Amino acid sequence: MRQEYVLKLLEADERVDGRKLDEFRNIKIETDIIERAEGSARVKIGKTDVIVGIKMDLAEPFPDIPDEGMLKTGAEFSPIASPDFTSGPPGEDATELARIVDRGIRESECIDLEKLCLKSGEKVWCVFVDVHMINHDGNLIDTSALAAVAALMKTKIPELKGDEIIRDKLKKKLPIKHTPITITVGKVLGKFLIDPIREEEEVLDSKLTVAVMEDGKICAMQKSGNQGLSDEETIKMIDLAIKKSKEIRKLL
Amino acid sequence: MGMKPKEKMIVKGKRLDGRKPDEIREIEMKVGVIPNANGSAQVRFGRTVAIAAVYGPRPLFPKHRQESDTAIIQCRYNMAPFSVEERIRPGPSRREVEISKVTRLALEPALFLEEYPETVVDVYIEIIQADGSTRVTGINAASLALADAGVPMRDLVVALSGGKIDGTTIIDLCGKEDNYSVADIPLAFLPRKGEITLLQMDGQLTPDEMKTIIKNVIKAGKKVYEKQKEALRKKYQE
Repeated sequence: MRQEYVLKLLEADERVDGRKLDEFRNIKIETDIIERAEGSARVKIGKTDVIVGIKMDLAEPFPDIPDEGMLKTGAEFSPIASPDFTSGPPGEDATELARIVDRGIRESECIDLEKLCLKSGEKVWCVFVDVHMINHDGNLIDTSALAAVAALMKTKIPELKGDEIIRDKLKKKLPIKHTPITITVGKVLGKFLIDPIREEEEVLDSKLTVAVMEDGKICAMQKSGNQGLSDEETIKMIDLAIKKSKEIRKLL
Repeated sequence: MGMKPKEKMIVKGKRLDGRKPDEIREIEMKVGVIPNANGSAQVRFGRTVAIAAVYGPRPLFPKHRQESDTAIIQCRYNMAPFSVEERIRPGPSRREVEISKVTRLALEPALFLEEYPETVVDVYIEIIQADGSTRVTGINAASLALADAGVPMRDLVVALSGGKIDGTTIIDLCGKEDNYSVADIPLAFLPRKGEITLLQMDGQLTPDEMKTIIKNVIKAGKKVYEKQKEALRKKYQE
């Protein structure tokens, strides 16, 4: 019933909450909200609410990249956020989301990982990005990616005394080179949709998530949803994502 | 029992953060913070922040777990990986499993669960920032979330910690005090009947000290009770 209603509206280019098809909901970014984390942000897009916390730790680098710091991204679909989320290890969707957020940060070279090397092959900083859902009303990917970048931009590296991390003394800023903005474009009834709420997500045929750099370059993509896209549609969706990314970037 | 502190924890009658021994940290409570949940609340005691959500009463599956004459309550206490200084690996630890259980038992006596047979009330608690006394902060948030969800309750559940440090009995331990205290007592109770529903203790105390702390915590808990009621009233005034 509800789905039919949502579809009927979309057919007339209308949405449940009165937005245009390519319009974001109200976006609120708060940073430095978790004092115990090295960086943090809480981003609300409409009723969707996500917290990202950044922790830094010492680690041994991967043998094939001995001179670079590490990035580890995790996401939990905490059961507080939705009646459909259950306790337990991250499922398929949470894992996919974490990997999409990770890829945007990694491929844009958002963090200057080379500067996080302390001793080649032995000791580097590892940056943990943990995404925690608070309320799910659609578009978790864009919300999480925005919160992750907002949190990283505010992250400070703790002081080191030998191998001891002095966590209450945060020294310099985490070296940030680029800031990717991740935009998901949904497709339904041959139309393209930005920032779907949950009931809209349920009627989408497919989605394309695009991470865009400052200069408009694309650094990561992911198609999801169970229907195909033509090449023309794909290109239109990419163009729309790039256009919207400029708007969102202004909020950072 | 705690480690030996490097510094004096109480100097001239004042605690590390300047509080008097029987003083509670700054409290902030907000109800209705998660639109998806049937009830929710965010509670802050100083730098400890808990968010709780209640889903239900809703049908319980698998069916063989249903009780024909009552609802059951399920609780999950979880710490966010970034809530403490050293990152916590996601997934339930033994500590979290135990706290989830005692939280459930602390809340249960307040609820009229028999009004909702064959259903479940899910209570989820997320500690997003930890600076001591997280389980009691979580219980206060859960109490408000249950009331916000409209689950019939005999009373709100008020929770607060007490302890002893540097020979002095104190209320509402922060993280450092938690680590270095001689004893640490999380307590929850139903204020109207004075019924204690959570009581744990680790450390060493004389029976007299123990009795004093319990009395002090219950007395100081009245303030937490008022804060809870105020937070609920505020939601309905808005």
